[in-house]
Amino acid sequence: MLSPVILIPALLNGLLTGAVYALVALGLTLIYGVLHIINFAHGALLTAAMFAAYFAFKVLGIDPYLSVFIIAPLFFAVGYALQRFVIGLASHGEDRNMLLVTLGLAVVIENALLFGFRGDTRTIDVPYAFQTIDLGFTYLAVPRLVGFVAVFVVALILWLIMSLTDIGRAIRAVAKEKLGAQLSGIDVAHVYAVTFGLGTACVAVAACLLMPTYYVNPGAGNAFVLIAFTIVVLGGMGSVPGAVLGGLMIGVVESLSSLFLGDSLGQVGIFLIFIAVLLVRPQGLFGANA
Amino acid sequence: MKSFAPIALVIAVLTAVPLLVHSNVVLNFLVVALMIALAGQGWNILGGYGGQYSFGHAIFFGTGAYVTAILQVQYGINAWLAFGAGIVAGAAVGVVVGWLAFRAGLRGSYFALVTLAFAEVLRILASVAPITGAGVGTLVKLDLRFAALQFESRALFYWLILALVAVALVVTYAVERSRFGAWLTAVRENEDAARALGVDAVAVKLGAMVISGAITAAAGCFYVQYFLFVDSHIAYGAWISVEALLTPIIGGAGTIFGPLVGALVVKALGEGALLVTGQAPGLDLVVFGIVLIAVVGLSPRGIVGLRQQLGARFGSRRGAGEASRG
Amino acid sequence: MAEPLLSVEGVSRRFGGLLAVGGVSMAVREGSITALIGPNGAGKTTMFALISGFLKPSDGIVRFGGADVTGEPAHRLARRGIARTFQIVQPFAGLTVRENIRVGAHLRHPERSAAFAAAEAVAREVGLEGLLDAPADSLTVAGRKRLELAKALATEPKLLLLDEVLAGLNPSEIRDIIPVIRSLRDRGITILMIEHVMQAVMSLAERVYVLAEGRLIAEGTPEGVAADAAVIEAYLGHGAAKRLARSP
Repeated sequence: MLSPVILIPALLNGLLTGAVYALVALGLTLIYGVLHIINFAHGALLTAAMFAAYFAFKVLGIDPYLSVFIIAPLFFAVGYALQRFVIGLASHGEDRNMLLVTLGLAVVIENALLFGFRGDTRTIDVPYAFQTIDLGFTYLAVPRLVGFVAVFVVALILWLIMSLTDIGRAIRAVAKEKLGAQLSGIDVAHVYAVTFGLGTACVAVAACLLMPTYYVNPGAGNAFVLIAFTIVVLGGMGSVPGAVLGGLMIGVVESLSSLFLGDSLGQVGIFLIFIAVLLVRPQGLFGANA
Repeated sequence: MKSFAPIALVIAVLTAVPLLVHSNVVLNFLVVALMIALAGQGWNILGGYGGQYSFGHAIFFGTGAYVTAILQVQYGINAWLAFGAGIVAGAAVGVVVGWLAFRAGLRGSYFALVTLAFAEVLRILASVAPITGAGVGTLVKLDLRFAALQFESRALFYWLILALVAVALVVTYAVERSRFGAWLTAVRENEDAARALGVDAVAVKLGAMVISGAITAAAGCFYVQYFLFVDSHIAYGAWISVEALLTPIIGGAGTIFGPLVGALVVKALGEGALLVTGQAPGLDLVVFGIVLIAVVGLSPRGIVGLRQQLGARFGSRRGAGEASRG
Repeated sequence: MAEPLLSVEGVSRRFGGLLAVGGVSMAVREGSITALIGPNGAGKTTMFALISGFLKPSDGIVRFGGADVTGEPAHRLARRGIARTFQIVQPFAGLTVRENIRVGAHLRHPERSAAFAAAEAVAREVGLEGLLDAPADSLTVAGRKRLELAKALATEPKLLLLDEVLAGLNPSEIRDIIPVIRSLRDRGITILMIEHVMQAVMSLAERVYVLAEGRLIAEGTPEGVAADAAVIEAYLGHGAAKRLARSP
């Protein structure tokens, strides 16, 4: 057996990585909870947001931790427009069509980035990239700690929006009973678009938190989004606390299984969990029975 | 579709192409387009007729490709037999994945996800397993003999892939007219209503998955014989999952000629985009994505459906006439 | 008396903590029209789902033609000869009327031509012969109800479960369809119907079962049930029977 000296840091690192996964998954689960579709463009949008954070730093010199306050609202608008003017219009309200349209968007965004910026892998240099906090028995990377805190801040903000604002109440109404909400005068197309915008803003936050320590290339988002699918399924599609818990859990599983099996097979472990949960308990570990 | 005549005509015309066109560039384009059409024909049985949208048809393509390559390279088995075994393996994967997914009642987003996940698991496994050549891939030895299922002439490869596409057309035609096809379409339109009429929905979807898997696997087997190489990104990569669904959706999901029309259009557009930009990667796929969204938005039954839509608008009542002659 | 075609013995169904149907027993005589009535939310449609295999009973036994068929899936019960319509009609929207009915006809006719011929015969029986080539989603409400009936009939059932086929129809459409239902019975199809249109129940049914809050509260002839105090209370509220008795 491995000693606690190796195991505990791996566990902590898993939790910190899992926090960023959770952020990506939050957006996905929010969209599923209301629109009842899986947004297959989620990974491509994450990549796009990472490029935005990259250029904000390189061209404008804005630190990702600051540019998040511009990029998140910007991506909210992007998400809103995509749902309102592309996905909503093209899918004619059919779930199967929505799947195809989000897949089409993913192909377009990813390859437009490839066409525009080539396949090069890019990174940014920030002074705090390698700063650590000494816990005595191990070190924690500062950027990852920031990410960990940010997940809970974002989850809190979402919760406040959902419970305190009019649009939040409208979103919950549509998620629960679309037809009823429509009949009581709620503009469902607007609610869908706002939800999609919020989900997209979540990936934008994740992108800005990732950039200091991660790289970006046109396929960078995919690695996260497959894991995010797993988290969303694990946590129960549409459940925000489920996404946070599931994200942390997957981070730990990945960290531990990489320790035992190596990186590639560690990934297989995640997907096997994913398939098993889908087959045995599609409502998720934390979801209620259908 | 009313009669078999259009299928015979299309096959006859396509068979004549190499007699008239000798350009290797053109033949190569057509071979690749037909290969993608074949993969799409497989998807069309399950997705177009059965309404079960797979986002991971690479599981079949890749399995066909790897089985064909590995049996030849590692076990010295004859290429023709290996090709057949690849198709059978595709059907077998269809049984396993279909049984798991449909028994668990997965539909819509969930089915798309689980197929995607299976493709990803197989890709990762193939990239580390010694038998697949791991990261390096598997190379099939050049051996230009009929017995080794390799041809010096592009035209022979062309006729081989055309024969496979023709078989898939006939299979699709037979499915469309059969009781199985009627039940499959019924499950697509409304699963509960179909069950009430005595349709065993799980069995019907499973049957579609098996046929679908065999056809798409055949495209993978052909890939290996044509390019003599396969690795995990080619076999189980997202590209083939996307192209297998793109071609029928664009050409017309749930129609006999949809995948063929879609593959020719998609590949022509892709080549066009690459010509315009001087081979810069990415733009061809951007075009595919835009066409996909446009087709879903404007003509849910694709290019073939668009023709029918326009026909109906000009009052020819073709669709109705066909149905009445049944 | 011969054994009933369908008998339901002490059937219950729970959803989580909620008891949707509790200990219901019914018998449907072969060749009869039997009605299942009750206020909204009484569990009638749940009862149909239990009989037709869309739900499994938590308790109790369902017998059909003498065999224990409890918990068998819907498609196998359809093969045994139980067909149902849905309260909210479920057409195959993208297909024509002919293709819709053909799906049901294939159960007994594997051949394509035979299935189409059978579908056309059924269409004539329910009065859809003029609309065979119309897309199912272009039909009126009355047309959709007829299509729902035709699809079920095409499976050549012994027992037909009709879930509110008259709901949403106007009086003249109801007058048109009542003889169709009676003629089905006359050619030997046993019918169990959920119905709110009392005029139809009174004129068609020989036996009526009344459900309220998941329990059977009365059974008997239409006239007998209509006069039953428990039934009146279930529909009109507590004390209604007394008030009605007092009024002239």
